[in-house]
Formats: sequence, C-alpha cells, structure tokens
Amino acid sequence: MTTTRTGYKWVGTRPVRHDGLDKVTGRARFGADYATAGMLHGAVLRSPHPHARILSIDLTEAAAMPGVKAIITGADLPDLSDEFAAGSEGGINFRDLSRNILARDKVLYEGHPVAAVAAVTLRAAQQAAEVIEVEYEILPAVLSLEHAMEDDAPVLHDDLFTLGLDSEPDRPSNISRRRVIARGDLDAGWVEADVVVEREYTTKAVHQGYIEPHAVVAETGEDGRSTLWCSSQGHFAMRTYTTKVLGWEPGDMKVIPAEIGGGFGGKTTIYLEPLAALLSRRAGRAVKMVMTRSEVFRATGPTSGSVMRIKMGARRDGKLVAATAWMAYEAGAFPGSPIGPGVMTVLACYDIPNVLIEGYDVVLNKPKVAAYRAPGAPMAAFAAESVVDELAEKLDMDPIELRLRNAVTEGVRAVYGPKFRKIGFVETLEEARDHPHYAAPLGPWQGRGVASGFWFNFGGETTATVSINEDGTAVVMSGCPDIGGTRAALAQMAAEELGIDVHRIEPVVADTHSIGYNDMTGGSRVAFAVGIAVVDASRRLIKDMCARAALIWDVPAEEVEWVDGRAQSVTDAAAPLTLEELASGSANTGGPLSATVTVNPRGAGAGFSTQICDVEVDPDTGLVTVLRYTVVQDAGRAIHPDYVEGQMQGGAVQGIGWALNEEYIFDRNGVMENPGFLDYRMPVASDLPMIDTVIVEVPNPDHPYGVRGVGETGIIPPMAAVANAVYAATGKRMQDLPMSPVRVLEALSGD
Amino acid sequence: MLNGDEIDFLCNDYQTLLSALRDELGMIGTKEGCGTGDCGACSVILDGQLVCSCLVFAPEVDGRRVETIEGLAEVDHLHPLQDSFLEGAAFQCGVCTPGFLMAAKALLDRNPSPTETEVRYGVAGNLCRCTGYDKIVRSILDAAARMNEPENRKEAP
Repeated sequence: MTTTRTGYKWVGTRPVRHDGLDKVTGRARFGADYATAGMLHGAVLRSPHPHARILSIDLTEAAAMPGVKAIITGADLPDLSDEFAAGSEGGINFRDLSRNILARDKVLYEGHPVAAVAAVTLRAAQQAAEVIEVEYEILPAVLSLEHAMEDDAPVLHDDLFTLGLDSEPDRPSNISRRRVIARGDLDAGWVEADVVVEREYTTKAVHQGYIEPHAVVAETGEDGRSTLWCSSQGHFAMRTYTTKVLGWEPGDMKVIPAEIGGGFGGKTTIYLEPLAALLSRRAGRAVKMVMTRSEVFRATGPTSGSVMRIKMGARRDGKLVAATAWMAYEAGAFPGSPIGPGVMTVLACYDIPNVLIEGYDVVLNKPKVAAYRAPGAPMAAFAAESVVDELAEKLDMDPIELRLRNAVTEGVRAVYGPKFRKIGFVETLEEARDHPHYAAPLGPWQGRGVASGFWFNFGGETTATVSINEDGTAVVMSGCPDIGGTRAALAQMAAEELGIDVHRIEPVVADTHSIGYNDMTGGSRVAFAVGIAVVDASRRLIKDMCARAALIWDVPAEEVEWVDGRAQSVTDAAAPLTLEELASGSANTGGPLSATVTVNPRGAGAGFSTQICDVEVDPDTGLVTVLRYTVVQDAGRAIHPDYVEGQMQGGAVQGIGWALNEEYIFDRNGVMENPGFLDYRMPVASDLPMIDTVIVEVPNPDHPYGVRGVGETGIIPPMAAVANAVYAATGKRMQDLPMSPVRVLEALSGD
Repeated sequence: MLNGDEIDFLCNDYQTLLSALRDELGMIGTKEGCGTGDCGACSVILDGQLVCSCLVFAPEVDGRRVETIEGLAEVDHLHPLQDSFLEGAAFQCGVCTPGFLMAAKALLDRNPSPTETEVRYGVAGNLCRCTGYDKIVRSILDAAARMNEPENRKEAP
C-alpha cells in the first residue's frame, strides 16, 4: 500500500537535515552547553524519604558557607490553588506542579526537592545543600497500586477526594479519579460470545530515558525580567509554567530554546526552570542548573506502572462481541496519570459493540509521572493485544485475520466517542500479513508475535512565518523544538510550495520573543500542524508574489501563476520573474516578502501500527533475544521517510526495552535502587537486530500533503508483540512486565 | 595533545577530563549523559583507546593524546563517518552523536572492515534512545565501505 510518490519534487525525499552539520561536529548547543560570564551554579537538596512531613528547615549553616549566594525552599514560592494548564487534560495542575518543584509541608517521594542553593561553584552549591538541616516526621509510604487503593492505606493528600464515583466520597483517598467508558449491553454480549479470555496484567514504571539530562541557565534582571536558556519540548509552555509557579508575568520572561537531547514526552513539564529563575533573582546573577542522571531517574517523570484486567469475548467466526477493561495507573506523588488516554485507547483498534472500561488514577509515593510517547496507550495495548492473541489461538484463527475481522475503519464510531475519519489500520494489517517476515521459518525455542496499536495524534496552537531573503533564499520559522528532524520536514514542505531547493531554505526554531505562540512538540503534531501553517504561509507568499508580478507587468493578478519558483504570465505577456528578482525588487512592490500564519487545526489523523516480532528464548537463562522485527505504520504521507522510519524504529526499540528490561525498582523503604543506566538497562546496539519498516501511506484528508503524526504510535504494539512471540516460543503467557530473564525462567519452571 | 594541538590548562584535581574539556576549555561537543560511564555520550579517544571522559581524571591526561569530536573533521571536509551519519539519518536529537562518532572512529581505526555484529558490539557502550540503532549501525558500515574504497584508503603510517 506504500504509494509511489509522483508529482512531488521534495516531499517524500531524503535530503540531509539542515541542523545535521552542527550535530555531527559537536557544534550544536544543547541545554547544558550554555554558559554566561560570572554565572552561579545551582544544586538541589532532595528528600531521602518517600513520605514524610517537613517539621523544620534550618538554612543557617548552609547560608554561611563560602560562595553561597541564595537558598530557596517551598516557602519562597506562592501557595497556588488548584488551576489546570490549558489543554493539559487534567495533566498539569499548577498547585501540584509548584509542590513538585519544591516540597511544601510534606515530601512525597524519595528525591522530592526540598531546597535549592546557588553558589559560585557547583561543588560549593552541593556542599551547602548537604548541610541544610531538615527535620522530618517519617510517614508510612505507599509503594504499590494495590496498597494505595486499599481503604485503610496511608493517604498522601488529605484534600484529595475521588472524582467520578457514583456517590460523593466522604473521606480522602489515593484514588484521584475514576474514568468510565460504556456502550452496548454487556450481558447480551457475553451470551453471544463463544470464546472468552480474561487475564490480569501488570507493568512497571519506566523512564523516557532521554540521554540529555534536564538543564537550564536563568538570568533574572533587577527589573524582574528574565531570560531562560533550556532544552524542552516547548519553550512557550516552559514560560507559562515557570512564570505561573513563580507568580511572575509571562511577558517578562524570554525562553530561548536549546537543542533538545531527547524528550519523548518527559520534557513537557518544568523541574529546574523556576528554581534557577528565582535563585537568579535572589542572587542577582545568572544561575545554571543541570541534573545528574540519578536526579533524572529519581525526580523526573517516568510513565505509570499499571495493573489491568481485561476480558474479551468473541463469536466462533471471530467477531468480538463484548469486552471489559479494569485499569489502574500510578500517577506518582500527585494526580495525573495518563489513565484518560489509557481507557480511550485500550480497545480503540476494534469495533466492539458491548464495552465497559473503568480506569483509576492513583497517587503513591513515587515520582510524579510525565508524558511518555503515546501516554497511557502502550501498557493498555500490552494487555488488550495479549488477550486478542489468546482469543485467536482459542478460535484457531490467524491473529492478523482476527484483527482484520474486527478492525475499525472509516465511519466506525470509536469506543471513546467520535467516528473515525480516513484511517489506515486495515492497510497496516494487510501489509504485515503479506510481509515476507510473517511467513519466514522459525527454529526451536523461537516464536513470532504480532500486535497492533492506535494513537489519536494532535494538532494544537501553532504560529509559523515564512520570509524570503533578498537573494531568494527563505527562512521558515516556527516555535516548536526539533527533536527528530522536523526542521527538514518543514523546509521540504516549503520547498515544494515555493518551488526552490530545500537547502535554500533555513528552518529556524525561534524563541518566545521572536514568534507567536506555539504548543509543545508533542502529540506527534509538528509535521502535521506546523506543516499546515508553513504550507499556508508559503501559499500566501506565492499569492502576494504573483500579485506583485502582475503589478510590474500591469496585468490582472489572475493572469499570473507560480511555476517552479517563478511568477509566470499565463499569456506570455512578459518574461517570468524569479523568486530572486521579486525578492530583490520587493521595496518597489510593497515591501519585504513575509507571511505569518496561525492555526489550531483539527483532524490530526489517527495513527495505527502493526508490528511483527521474532524472539528466541534461552531455556537455561530465560534470556529473550529479539531476532527480527518489522514495524508497519500508517504515516499518511512521509515527508522525509528517513525520519519517519526513525520514529518507527525508535518507538519500537523503546517498547522492546519496556517489554524485556526496563523497570523502576524500589527497596522496601521506597528508595529507587536502580537510578542509573547501568542498572536501569535500556537496549544497546548489541541487544538488537535491524528494525525493518514498512511505511503505509493512507493520506490524511486534513493535511495538504496527507501527513498524520508518526512520533508516538510505534511504541504502542511492542510489548504485546514480544509477549506473544515469547508465548509462541515457550507456550507461556507472560502477563507481567518486564519479561526479564528471572521472570521468564520462573514461567518456564512452572511446568 | 588535544586534537593535534599542544595545549595547557588548569583544573582542580577532582575534575574529570569531561569537565576540563567542557568547563575549562569550552569544548562542549563532548556531552555528559550520566557521569558514571554508562552512556558513552562523553566518549573520546585517549592514546588511541576509546574512553568515557567522565571516568578519566583531567590531570591523568598530562602528556597524552586526546581526540574529541571537535577534531574529527578536516578543514574542508568531514570525516567519512560524519558524512555517513548525515546521509544515513543516523541521529534524531543528536546528543549522543558525538560519542557514537568517536566510538565508531575507534572501532574503524582498529577494525576497518567490521561485520554488523562487530559494529553492534563496538558501539554497545553508547546509548541512543531515539533511533533504535538501525540507522547508526548502517551508517557505520557505510562509512567503513567508503573508507575501504581504493582511492580513500590511507596507508598505515
């Protein structure tokens, strides 16, 4: 179904990315690469306890240390009331955000910041932080979902009452919210079912694992105006959140985006930014703060651990007729797990008439979770797609065939509400079924699994400017950090429109004072939403340039058309005018050539992926090795196929890590035992085979080139694909992640 | 010797080579991902050996040869590995890229025609979270092939 690309000169090609040279020569400046003369260094004092009341904080000795210039605690931040960030779907409550940045009254996880120090050297700041005296009253900690949800569990927040219950709760709880999706008649559905599978699944908290730790330099002037250099997925949001937490005005803060060394959702919120800004205000000098890797693990968002119970029933012919899902997600210390997208996505691949989905958002004494690539969907798919595989086996049906018989298509009402527009799920299934990988022979202790996944994708508020320089080159400006090749994709779309070489276009990620507002780089939105704005701006420029050519030629504007980067008279009234000529003469035709477009587009275009995984299981050690892996995904239209493939491959490998190795491990006291890359083991090159990709292109009707987001969907199917492959190799259903050697050995010895 | 230049610098005895490069010499191309030798983002070549510069004390390099990402390209052309990484889309965010390039250079210096498996083990000390390694491995193999073309082959000194 991969369409042949005809008629495009740049869209669908693989040019060298514009920021590439800086990144292969070491010249690109990431968050920690900024420095200003005379800057101070900041360090954070963190809680050693997962749950404790702060009785007192004594700063006397620390403040007297040589070189210490400022110290702040939670009392230095305004005490905010509940207020949710726009568009964050319950994700960001500024009151909680403030208390996560600096604890107030209580610490809620090991690593929770208690105070921050700025000093002339990092060593001085760290030493001062160590001598801050904090008196704690240690409280019993809650470290598992099961414990947190018990009636008599210790409560993290006295003012947290469960939302979404049938009756008003009369006492606080660790369950912040219950989400329910229901349709049809379940009882009738179960009666109709010939085969039913019901299983419980668990997954552990896993970290986004970006290689660049969080880093910021803040400089706040005597007038209260400040500048932040930091790497994030959205500098406008960093400004909004930081100023909100500090009680400052957004317009008084400029945020300059650094190159971002990976985010995967984890850099959509703030940690160090307000600390550095306030320390800088107090000290009257710039302050730099960089997290250690241990701090990144202990105190920045992993994604939720989860417990899920799924029950699905099918008729003999393979039609899914009923399903229930009970899901509980860890939110960490404050409410806001991705349970919302969890319940919306868990059964979204299939057209099932009778459904009840129930989800719980649960707080416990672990770091507050943050977004991670398709937040909430991968663990849900692990559970649901494992059940689908088991149903297929019971029905004696090929698992792809079972999916094809139930796959959602255009016009079907999604379980979470709206009707699907044009989507390519069936096409991904057919491509997977027909792929040589699916029929390749397997050896002993080897097995093959398949799984699918769905993600919404997102549009979002966007500003883009396209300007023509006097030499006919162009600048494409947006305000979305480039995490994985979006500069190139945006330049390609502009090149296609303007009819000039892609390398005569300079794509720029502008700071908060240089372009209008942009939502974050998230939700797989940039090639889609910013793409729409860039294409629209390019078309407005072309219209303007045609009008100017008409003015020069003294012909009606409709007699001018834009062809191959030139204004051409349809009547051949004059020789064509090139972009260079129009640009160099623009002073005489109305001034500089530039167009700015703002959009908030709907129709991001749902994404689907189907993946095939072959594993070999070592029966002596329990080690699972991935032998071969194929990702089939609908991209709508791949603007730069290399970076579309890259998203598919990277997402799949993060999912393989989640499936096989990665987990937060806490000791009985609630202290993370593996806060480093040695013990939190992410996949390395020698763990993996090549990751084959098949880009399906079912164009999204709501984008001028058919783009749908591709960043997130790839991480959704892998855990189920691996688990189903392990089952095929061993006959053991793995229901708990990760499928580490110990767990696999345990399963094998259960015979 | 830093990238072929004799240089002097002052640092504290507790500073790592990584810290000296970045904080004293302003050579920010070498990145810190973990500070514990687990991610390879700070990879440099010390007397021909690939090392994590976060695990080397700066005073230890006195009188020794250090190669960093800043010394990989020639004045008017890139190293073949850099060309291959660019053309093969071997990075997304790019923060691990300097470390991978130095690890790959150390590998090809030692083994000019590695197999895919040898490449995978050659860079197994370097973490990349974006790419899934596929395009990195292909790009290193591609660079090796380019460097082995007769007109590009350098005779051993």
